[in-house]
Amino acid sequence: MRGIISWGAHVPYRRLDCSTIPEFFGSGGGRTSRSVASFDEDTTSMAVEAARPAMRRGIAAPDQLWFVTTDPAYMDRTNATAVHAALRLPESTIAMDMIGSSRTAAGVLRNACEGRGTTAVVGSDIRVGLPTSPDEAAGGDAAACVIIGDDSAEAPVVARLVGSGVATREFVDRWRIPGEPQTRTWDERFSENVYRPLVATAFSAACADAGVQSDEIDRAAVSCWSARVAKRAKLGAPDGATVPPLEGVGWTGAADPMLLLQVMLDHAQPDELLALVVMADGVDVQIYRTTDAIVTNRPLRSVAEQAAITGDVPYAKFLSWRGLIAKDPPRRPMPARTSAVAAARVTDWKFGLVGSQDSGTGDVYLPPSRRSIGESEAAMVEIPMADAEGTIVTFTVDKLAWSPSPPIVFAVVDFDGGGRMPIELTDVDPDDVSIGDRIELTFRCLSETDGIANYFWKGRPVRREQHHGE
Amino acid sequence: MASNGIRDKVAIVGMGVIPFKEHWDKSLDDMIIDAADITFASAGMTREDVDAYWFGTSQSAASGLALSVPLRLTGKPVTRVENYCATGSESLRQACYAVASGAYDSAMALGVEKTKDSGYAGLNAFPIPADGTKRSLTAAATYALMLPAYAQKYGLDEDEVRFAIARIAQKNHFNGARNPLAQFRRETSAESICNMAAVAGRLSVFDCAGVADGAAAAIVVRAEDAHRYTDTPIYVKALSMVSGNGGGLIDPEFSFTTMPECVMAAEDAYRQAGITDPLAELAMAEVHDCFTITELILMEDLGFAPRGTAWQEVMNGTYNLDGSMPVNTDGGLKAFGHPVGASGLRMHFEAWLQLRGEAPEDRRIANDRSKALIHNLGGYPGEMVSFVSIVGRELD
Repeated sequence: MRGIISWGAHVPYRRLDCSTIPEFFGSGGGRTSRSVASFDEDTTSMAVEAARPAMRRGIAAPDQLWFVTTDPAYMDRTNATAVHAALRLPESTIAMDMIGSSRTAAGVLRNACEGRGTTAVVGSDIRVGLPTSPDEAAGGDAAACVIIGDDSAEAPVVARLVGSGVATREFVDRWRIPGEPQTRTWDERFSENVYRPLVATAFSAACADAGVQSDEIDRAAVSCWSARVAKRAKLGAPDGATVPPLEGVGWTGAADPMLLLQVMLDHAQPDELLALVVMADGVDVQIYRTTDAIVTNRPLRSVAEQAAITGDVPYAKFLSWRGLIAKDPPRRPMPARTSAVAAARVTDWKFGLVGSQDSGTGDVYLPPSRRSIGESEAAMVEIPMADAEGTIVTFTVDKLAWSPSPPIVFAVVDFDGGGRMPIELTDVDPDDVSIGDRIELTFRCLSETDGIANYFWKGRPVRREQHHGE
Repeated sequence: MASNGIRDKVAIVGMGVIPFKEHWDKSLDDMIIDAADITFASAGMTREDVDAYWFGTSQSAASGLALSVPLRLTGKPVTRVENYCATGSESLRQACYAVASGAYDSAMALGVEKTKDSGYAGLNAFPIPADGTKRSLTAAATYALMLPAYAQKYGLDEDEVRFAIARIAQKNHFNGARNPLAQFRRETSAESICNMAAVAGRLSVFDCAGVADGAAAAIVVRAEDAHRYTDTPIYVKALSMVSGNGGGLIDPEFSFTTMPECVMAAEDAYRQAGITDPLAELAMAEVHDCFTITELILMEDLGFAPRGTAWQEVMNGTYNLDGSMPVNTDGGLKAFGHPVGASGLRMHFEAWLQLRGEAPEDRRIANDRSKALIHNLGGYPGEMVSFVSIVGRELD
């Protein structure tokens, strides 16, 4: 049997309260809030953050890593290789980008279910939109990872694809010119009209393929750029089966299908039928049936629980993070371009946060060191630190240093079980840092010079309770 | 480990410092020539009389050519020296060793920095191609790490420590106001510094060294030759340098309340000079107050105060001009300014003035002890180079 064996998501910490948009521009916005990727996140770094929890539970290295986004950090080179490096996957794992639309995400997920070997599919997106546009208020940033493989004792299948249906059509309801931040959209009523028959066709086809009746569907989720169109889609599933989207997040583009699938998986019981409906350039319907294993193989934290941990970002800062308002930078030089040569020598450190440990003394060196301090001549061994948690020893707030979003909050962190690292903190307000605070690690883009993204790790507060920092 | 020192083998017979300030109208070459000329004049020597040169600059130039060309030296060895903010002291150290070895009869150490041509605030390292994983904090922020750590370790209120280090700035501005060569010549109060906006941790701009252009130089000769040049030579008693192993950034034992490189360099220097009771034997000290918190920690690292008590000594005025152990009587980096490659030599210049009784009357130290300590560092808490020298006006 083949199917979903694991999943994980990353919903960025920051939320934009869209009701503050009219205060700024006099129009636009809405009553909802949306998730906002931090200034140091791009679709690649968010993909890493989504894949880490999915990879955590003894899941074997996948044979394929497929990265889906509409907003790649690079063109003409593969972005998935950075995710591959951060997850420390073997060279034999192929890592590829699937660039395009939310339809790409649905299609890649289906191909993974129908293919062979273990496949990690990661969808990641940053939705911008022009200021005051509906797209700005309705969009959200997130990444979601689903791992598909053959059933095994270590990684049992929790849900398998039992049927699918597709209706493809050419029409222009939304479009983006490459390089531009905003997606433009046609009249939503046109979309509503064009999608209506396609939903019916694809949903019937999927049910027929699965050999089930539409009223047997236990949970259904609909992904569409227009919340209005999604809400009005007539699936034929029982009333109340359709799960609501994540609160306060927004439509997350290429991440959305897998994010919605996770919303269903997080609560599904054994032997349920889950229908994923993706409306993008036609309609793609996938029906999954859960297994008994789902009860004991969920991630530590549901996507809804993760999405509930938030801190607000002011609208002006949101605009500057997305490059829509340019701020006067600190009067300090920008970081130099990362040397591709130097970075290639230290991939395990830079992307995987692998330090070295003196096998005699146990002392941990971050970055890895060839020599020990003191008398020890014992061999150095690798020590992966990305999953470590630690405590702030001392900290500082640097208002002078160059940063894409000053000030830099910086701490010296001692990790449980050994190792110390002076490290920049993120997803934190400067006034909220204290000696003794608990810190976990997160993969980020430190800066970008000459178009080269400088990926490395930062610390962020461990937040187990909800609604922090508001 | 042997660190034998060269006690009383070498003497400083001439020194010169140009004003530290924003020299918009002076090039690096101008500053080099000006500092060299007053130093030659101080020793009564010419460029031909000096056998060899050590040229210190952190980032303003490269190679000995940057000195030999503007001075138009012919057939002379010039060595460019760089050791972060301890560059000036390092150039003096190398010049002293060259003379002590017998290789040369005389040598000049000249340090210079042009900081104000970049258009950026603060000091800036030129980029070396790298993997992008090193931190990119300002120096101010890295030293600011020590304030909360110090308060935490000794159970003090951060505001208390913050006020004590503002008093250090007040003291150094008081001294700088009495120094015609200093960049900042206005007195200020600890209260007003505490009211300023923080730029890095709890530190305000007035907790930071002044960023200045400047140059300074010294000429050294064998001790037995010193009286050919001056009646009041200053003898080199100790020269110590410790380059750290970076342990503070990876070792959980490191507390950010001490700078081990400075402790080790001081112990080595005291041993070389035969000093057992620094507070009783030293007339004064020039220390590396790149930030006010640095001077506070240094008072303990150099043995001027027991651990956890330097802040009280600061409040008591122990290190004031009229205190029992005057520190940074010329205003320090804080008020004199910090042209990186020149600063170490500038510190020695103050010892040169004070021990010879040549400091301006309104900032002359009262005690008649004959030795002075100079401390100069480069780098950051946890990862630094530290220099300590001891000089004296008498042969032991």
